[in-house]
Amino acid sequence: MRALRVQRRPAKFAVARVASAFGAGGAARIGPIDLVDVDPPALPGPGWQRVRPRLVGICGSDLSLVEGRASSYFEDWISFPFVPGHEIVGDTDDGRRVVIEPVLGHEARGFAPPFPGAAPGDGDDYAHLVDGPLQPGIQTGFCCSTGGGWSDEFVAHESQLHTIPDSLSDERAVLVEPAAGGIHAALMTWPKVRAATAAGTVPVVAVLGAGTMGLCAIAGLRRHVPGVRIVVGARYPHQQTLARALGADVVVSPDELSRAVRRESGGHLVGDHLSAGAHATIDAIGTAESISDAIRFTRPRGRVVLMGMPARVSVDLTGLWHRETELVGCYTYGTETMPDGSRRRTFELAIELAATDSLDRLLSATYRLDDWTDALAHAGAAGRRGAVKIAFDLRPHEREKN
Amino acid sequence: MPRPGFVLDVDRSTPPILFWRGENFSLEKLPAGRSRVIYPPEPLPAIDDIDGAIRAALLNPVDHDPLPSLLFPGMRLTIAFDDVSLPLPKMRRPDIRQRIIEAVLDLAADAGVDDVHIIAALALHRRMTEAELRHAVGDRVYDAFAPRGLLYQHDAEDPENLAFLGTTPHGEEVEINKRAAESDLLVYVNINLVAMDGGWKSTATGLASYRSLRHHHNPDTMHKSRSFMDQHRSELHKSNWRMGKVLLDSGVKVFQVETTLNTDTFPKPFDFLSKREWEWTAKDRMTFLGTTKALGRTPARMARNIFHSIEAPHQMTSVQAGEVEAVHRITTEHVYAQQLVEVKGQTDILTMGIPYISPYNVHSILNPILVQVMAMGYYFNMYRGMPLVREGGVIILTHPCRPEFNPVHHPSYIDFFEQVLADTTDPHVMSQKWETKYAEDDWYRHLYRTGYAYHGVHPFYMWYWGTHGMKHCSRVIVVGGDPKTVRRLGFVPASTMDDALEIASDVVGRSPTITHLHTPPLMVADVV
Repeated sequence: MRALRVQRRPAKFAVARVASAFGAGGAARIGPIDLVDVDPPALPGPGWQRVRPRLVGICGSDLSLVEGRASSYFEDWISFPFVPGHEIVGDTDDGRRVVIEPVLGHEARGFAPPFPGAAPGDGDDYAHLVDGPLQPGIQTGFCCSTGGGWSDEFVAHESQLHTIPDSLSDERAVLVEPAAGGIHAALMTWPKVRAATAAGTVPVVAVLGAGTMGLCAIAGLRRHVPGVRIVVGARYPHQQTLARALGADVVVSPDELSRAVRRESGGHLVGDHLSAGAHATIDAIGTAESISDAIRFTRPRGRVVLMGMPARVSVDLTGLWHRETELVGCYTYGTETMPDGSRRRTFELAIELAATDSLDRLLSATYRLDDWTDALAHAGAAGRRGAVKIAFDLRPHEREKN
Repeated sequence: MPRPGFVLDVDRSTPPILFWRGENFSLEKLPAGRSRVIYPPEPLPAIDDIDGAIRAALLNPVDHDPLPSLLFPGMRLTIAFDDVSLPLPKMRRPDIRQRIIEAVLDLAADAGVDDVHIIAALALHRRMTEAELRHAVGDRVYDAFAPRGLLYQHDAEDPENLAFLGTTPHGEEVEINKRAAESDLLVYVNINLVAMDGGWKSTATGLASYRSLRHHHNPDTMHKSRSFMDQHRSELHKSNWRMGKVLLDSGVKVFQVETTLNTDTFPKPFDFLSKREWEWTAKDRMTFLGTTKALGRTPARMARNIFHSIEAPHQMTSVQAGEVEAVHRITTEHVYAQQLVEVKGQTDILTMGIPYISPYNVHSILNPILVQVMAMGYYFNMYRGMPLVREGGVIILTHPCRPEFNPVHHPSYIDFFEQVLADTTDPHVMSQKWETKYAEDDWYRHLYRTGYAYHGVHPFYMWYWGTHGMKHCSRVIVVGGDPKTVRRLGFVPASTMDDALEIASDVVGRSPTITHLHTPPLMVADVV
């Protein structure tokens, strides 16, 4: 089968990191990833299914690994060679059309879940991610045992599969995974939003970045966090348009965000810092600059939800210390506590969201797997080129073309 | 003998005409046969004995008892003076406010008055710096009063020091500086640079609170002011005059001192800016070329500093004191004598070059909102009778219109530009939807009261100032402006004057009449 495979080649990672400064396309061509013919991964055991991808998204975390920008943190948590791709809608051998919840959780690795009905991402001990019958890997797309979506097939555990209704198109279904990430980030703001509401103030949540994840967070906020004012810093005009369409109340360019947050939340601007600020901020970028901005824009004792995947960054945390800001990571999804106190699986919520027309404009372009360098170059420059989500199309009619 | 104003009909022999472009200028060739240029009158002679004239005015006031007879031991005397927004450019020392204040203080000292406060009547403008205060009142007055807290600046947001005096028959609340209202005598020291200044506007605006100002600084009043330079057809002035009556009825005793200046605006080497182009000497042409080339290579900030360091040679042409309205009638005659130019008929296109300065950016940046107010609020309104441009006509202005703001002076302008103008450019809509939020913003209030910031509501007032002009004209085109910024203002960007005329042809046809307002120096078109 064909697969885009990433090998552990430190020199190539280093070269890709340099080349990525000149564009994602260059990094793809000379980096540690290649389109290869390989044997399909073996089924690890009972409860596993073969999945043939239909559409598979290209995520920022995929790009950062391909371009050698990812943190060395992952070295102990992933296994080479791996096939990226975790935003997947595909078909199982037993005839189901499914989306994949990519975390390789307790059940996939043969361990008891942390609680009955737990989602793959639940739990507070990650030992299972490097144990069991599989090689280490935090999720499908980063584990050499399972393969990943950027291929003709891979394997997934039943605990990862969500059968989707016929009414949900592939184009919508491929957005379920990022939508789940956005909803998870949105719901992480809820404690601060709830406190603000209880205090009689209008809760303000700032969102930095309006790529796929930022836009999904906006959709999640509007759908699941009641009464919130959403202020967004979006760099490109099409991102600004989409942010408004998804329910943002105020959308400005990033350099105007500080003042926009102040206008919504009150307080003063002291030098570059807000005296108050948003009750919570979702950083959907994950750079040193965005983290610094998120801390600046968030009121004392507010919460920064770090959704964009960072790497090694240099950030002055004096403000965080002084303002007693909560900086919380936001990797993935699992079981959520909703504002009404009920418990829902994030993926269920994401499938519901994808079933609406909210996210329709987010999938911008699809590519054949053979055109992977063009696809990665497009994804790496998505904002600049007026795009949001780029995906591989591996559906049968596309295979026939190959 | 200075020459009066002049309307030049442009023909093929007419040289290119000077247009201001912020901190630079350009020469533009206007179409022959259908263009005209309005030149301001040359500066009137200044009064030789300025101090003598001031003393004479104080001793022989109009419709009022002489100042010495109003002064007595134990009285509370307050002297208020126009702030840094006047005159433009700032005048060479000694400023006439200093001369008048010193004369009043001499008389007060002679009368044994020792309770004297001196207040900068800045309304919702930014506070003046120490250097600016020293320039206006002189070192001697500053050093004698400021350290003891007796020279200070009006605070329109200080409820403890505001006095509510009543309401006009139109329901306009009158609230002014408490010390001024409760003094035994308020001496107001004015500089009347344009016909809009002075009269009851000095006290009822300069010493008022937001509560009071909002009654005349609003889109309706501005729209009905035809023009600001014609007091009798200005709703803004009618409102101020009604408030003046409330002041009088509530017992406020005002002794008004008004002055007028000639239009000797630019010192050497910039004096060519005041000349008519065909009279430029070879030296003038060289100076123009050298200046424009040098300014073109100079960073905007440095160019700004150069221009704001200019001290104008203009001098006093009249001083009159006494009863407010009687004084102001004389003052207005003097202003008109200096600035009025008779112009026959309206024009399809009015062109104007916007300079680096306005009353609201002394030592600061003429940000895009102030460009708007200069064009649509001031220059459009420089008329008596009827607007220079016909209804449905086009205004073409030249200015770089960069999205630059001084965050110390104009913090709420930045938000206004980013938030309000992104939402609407309609003065009525923004006044309903946004004004209160900005007027009551705690941060803006803090910066106005403790820093050097214009009040939070001030950008709204600047926008309202252009209400009539914006409704009157069908299109406003900005030559050489940053396109994105120009569009945010609701105007149309053009690269060159020819492009602008082409764009304007959509509205006014292919052979429109064109009139260029060759200012500064200041002038008022008497359109008949």
